[in-house]
Amino acid sequence: MADMLQQGIAELAKSLARKDFSSAEVTRAYLDRIHAHNGDLNAYVTVTGDLALAQAQAADRARAAGTACTWAGIPFAHKDIFCTTGVRTACGSRMLDNFIAPYDATVVAKMNAAGMVMLGKTNMDEFAMGSSNETSWYGPVKNPWNRQLVPGGSSGGSAAAVAAHLCPAATATDTGGSIRQPASFCGLTGIKPTYGRVSRWGMIAFASSLDQAGVLTRSAEDAAILMQMMSGFDPKDSTSVDLPVPDYLASLEQPLKGLRIGLPKQHFAQGLNPQVEKLIRNALAEFEKLGATLKEVSLDNSHLSVSAYYVIAPAEASANLSRYDGVRYGYRCDKPADLEDLYKRSRAEGFGAEVKRRIMVGTYALSAGFYDAYYIKAQKIRRLIKDDFDRAFNDVDVIMGPTSPHTAFALGSKNKDQDPVAMYLEDIYTIAVNLAGLPGLSIPAGLVNGLPVGLQIVGRDWSEGQLLNIAHKFQQATDWHTRTPGVGPGVSGEK
Amino acid sequence: MTLALKDIDNIAHLARLQLGDAEKQEALNSITSILRMIDQMQALNTTGVEPLSHGFDAAQRLRDDVVTETDRRDTLLKLAPNAADGLFLVPKVLE
Amino acid sequence: MAWETVIGLEVHVQLSTKSKLFSGSSTQFGAEPNTQASIYDLALPGTLPVLNGEALRMAVKFGLAIGAEIGKKSVFDRKNYFYPDLPKGYQTSQLNHPTVGKGSLTVTLDDGTTKTIGITRAHMEEDAGKSLHEQFPHDTGIDLNRAGTPLLEIVSEPEIRSAKEAVAYLKKLHSLILYLGISDGDMSQGSMRCDANVSVRKVGETRFGTRAEIKNINSFRFVEKAILVEAQRQIDLIEDGGKVVQETRLYDADKNETRSMRSKEVANDYRYFPEPDLLPVVIDDAFIEAVRATLPELPDVKAARFQQQYGLSEYDANVLAAHRDTADFYETVANDCSDAKLAANWVMVDLQAVLNKSELDIAQSPVSAAALAGLIKRIKDSTISSKIAKTVFEAMVNSEGSADQIIDSKGLKQVSDSGAIEKMIDAIIAANPKQVEQYRSGQEKVFTFFVGQVMKESKGKANPAQVNEILQRKLKV
Repeated sequence: MADMLQQGIAELAKSLARKDFSSAEVTRAYLDRIHAHNGDLNAYVTVTGDLALAQAQAADRARAAGTACTWAGIPFAHKDIFCTTGVRTACGSRMLDNFIAPYDATVVAKMNAAGMVMLGKTNMDEFAMGSSNETSWYGPVKNPWNRQLVPGGSSGGSAAAVAAHLCPAATATDTGGSIRQPASFCGLTGIKPTYGRVSRWGMIAFASSLDQAGVLTRSAEDAAILMQMMSGFDPKDSTSVDLPVPDYLASLEQPLKGLRIGLPKQHFAQGLNPQVEKLIRNALAEFEKLGATLKEVSLDNSHLSVSAYYVIAPAEASANLSRYDGVRYGYRCDKPADLEDLYKRSRAEGFGAEVKRRIMVGTYALSAGFYDAYYIKAQKIRRLIKDDFDRAFNDVDVIMGPTSPHTAFALGSKNKDQDPVAMYLEDIYTIAVNLAGLPGLSIPAGLVNGLPVGLQIVGRDWSEGQLLNIAHKFQQATDWHTRTPGVGPGVSGEK
Repeated sequence: MTLALKDIDNIAHLARLQLGDAEKQEALNSITSILRMIDQMQALNTTGVEPLSHGFDAAQRLRDDVVTETDRRDTLLKLAPNAADGLFLVPKVLE
Repeated sequence: MAWETVIGLEVHVQLSTKSKLFSGSSTQFGAEPNTQASIYDLALPGTLPVLNGEALRMAVKFGLAIGAEIGKKSVFDRKNYFYPDLPKGYQTSQLNHPTVGKGSLTVTLDDGTTKTIGITRAHMEEDAGKSLHEQFPHDTGIDLNRAGTPLLEIVSEPEIRSAKEAVAYLKKLHSLILYLGISDGDMSQGSMRCDANVSVRKVGETRFGTRAEIKNINSFRFVEKAILVEAQRQIDLIEDGGKVVQETRLYDADKNETRSMRSKEVANDYRYFPEPDLLPVVIDDAFIEAVRATLPELPDVKAARFQQQYGLSEYDANVLAAHRDTADFYETVANDCSDAKLAANWVMVDLQAVLNKSELDIAQSPVSAAALAGLIKRIKDSTISSKIAKTVFEAMVNSEGSADQIIDSKGLKQVSDSGAIEKMIDAIIAANPKQVEQYRSGQEKVFTFFVGQVMKESKGKANPAQVNEILQRKLKV
């Protein structure tokens, strides 16, 4: 029985096909485990037990009838940012605590169509704004490796759930690093695809030109399976790109001989924890063994990526969040005296401090007199950052480096109210990738003091297949990705 | 550019956020610190650089002019905090 | 002190697409509240816009019709402000890169002169919903059916110099958009809305005075009155030593005055920025040419052709060409009955009177173009006189049948038998010796008495030309 909960997506598909156990059985096992441990980790906000069992039973029936598709009946979780019909979709916010979505996000519809079983909706930083999952209305998420530490954010709930085997995989989103950084802190494989690869329809918007959906899994193979399912053109999303989705599984086994890896000198400079650096260099050595070559590159403007991001993202967010006004859905303040009171109190009470802070920064950056100096300036720097990557990709095929400057930090250790910037610098290696719209993933590269370290791999536009291939070959040669904090609470480093 | 409390008032009003005095002061401090970080951008000369709005260069796709939506009023109005007679209600607005 | 009024007009035209600008909801007028408001229109979390190609084509069509530069790369922007009829908290509009650039409109003024008024730009944007204040005692009800309907905002240069010019511009614009088939332009239903920017300055002054914006005037007549009253208000204010404040005002038709909109006085910082959920709208020459191919013959060109082809006066040609439906109707009648002048009179006078009385459009005319042509043919071939034709026409309007059917059933065929007429006239002359004496002694007006008697005797059917000729002959001394 316990074995069931160790299996990833690929293995589960085989087990179900072989009828080693049924979908209902594995779903029930996950639900029991969630029931036992979620109170502790706070990874799930909503558990959809009845729905999951109904989906599982439907998958079992289909399998018995020979009509099930390969992935039918496999349990997983959705980050609570994807609209799911009839199920609360709260986005980590009091503002949407009472919001029962009346439609499915495209990502949700695709996974439903594949017969996957949704266990529930995972916790996240409020409106995806955060790097530690401490801003959620539903309380912080604990890192299963060490419950005093953060799991990373904003997809902290998805990361903690996968790492603690409360689901084999989970969907997530990444605007500045929100998949990759939690993957790094929780020892997972997390991928953010090229901007436009996955539909944003039904994915609650934070920063429209940066948001992308992806997954958190325990292996590159699982990530490939789920990316295959989620990717593709969607006419309902104007920023969705009409390019065919390659077969990610088919290219997993490509040998890495001749792969040219670029190492940005800016990512190996001051601020990077030396123990983390050591593990990263070890990982790079592994790649050399696999036939790759290493070369230093320079991303000249990367030091400005966080600044540019913290203009663009809050600016777009400030407008995206204007719809939350207590009128048509969501939170409304009690007894509003007039319209202004309705708006101001509903929004003041419905949003948390970080969200309000970013709305105000964004509003300021767009306001009369500042638009050129802030917004336009940031978009110009964005162009330069993309050009830096393009230039680097003339000489190398992929860019690698640490995902985060250090391992998971302590809950409450960064006082965001006094110094929000310290938290913003958590994403220093990941943010530029979103600004340039490029695909990036993070894979486990070792443990420092028992805590996971992530290696970030960034590729050219539309190179998800290559990134997954590289990750997969690394995972065949190493076993960091198999380390999880165990199936019991409070025990870390157990295989 | 030094921010003052009256700027916070203005921003909070534009964003329709009600802030208490302590919150305003806190907002002033944290936003000032964020702006200090953002101002690092100003050191770089970006004359002649074209702003980039998305990771890629593509054109807007056009949709056919067909009605694809049906009446979902009953379902959608149920989401509203205050609705009656098929309308969303807000405290009376004087124009 | 001679004053000059300077006017710029911003006209919002609701484009007559079937679905909304960014969502697939219906745009049909008059539906129950919120039955045409999709999850996108309600701004539910996670919803995204996709541009309606037909709205773009309509905008380009308009641009071509006013000879404007067409923006080959136009951009949508977010205009941010809070109001309950604006569900997203921003309106998706176009700021710096509109689809239509500089063009112009030539208008004919009352005195017959023409003036070309520049159009600065025209851009697409979403309409807002409706706020209903009367239905609930303490609340305002919001209907979002209209939210997201495509609007084309057409901005004129401040080159209009009088209220009358403004009305001429609006009427021309209205005629054009109906011609192009891009909107029904109904000001009373709100599918065409006009805001007027009005300022005054001393004649000879080149700088512009401070302007006030008068919003949402919903008829041509009110536009004229509002401009006049506002210009006077400003003049009075300045002459009294005051200063005009740049503000938004509403026109009160009952009191015939403009009133400041206090709530909008606080300058709104709209924080425009390019819409990140949309990509730049790129169109090429092929697209533009495809739209150009759908342009109808425009009113000015048609009017000129009418003068040439049908020999109509400039005035008549302009009236008939002003509305596409009327022009098409007219041409059908004229070509069918082969008498351009008669056709013009009947369409412009008799038919128009009927349409006006019943408040019908020519498309709903109770008498079809073919039927009217049939009537005119019977005048031309002398089956009936023009006078009798009016009786026949009235019967046709009452759906009593075709001209031929009515002439037959009512026995209205004109009597053109000169023998019969002569007999009638002889009898009348014999019966009215006094009037004969009066006429022969120089009272020419008495002639009409005799004509009247003949008509009465013949029940209106005597051929008037023949009556005149025979009477004149017989009454000669």
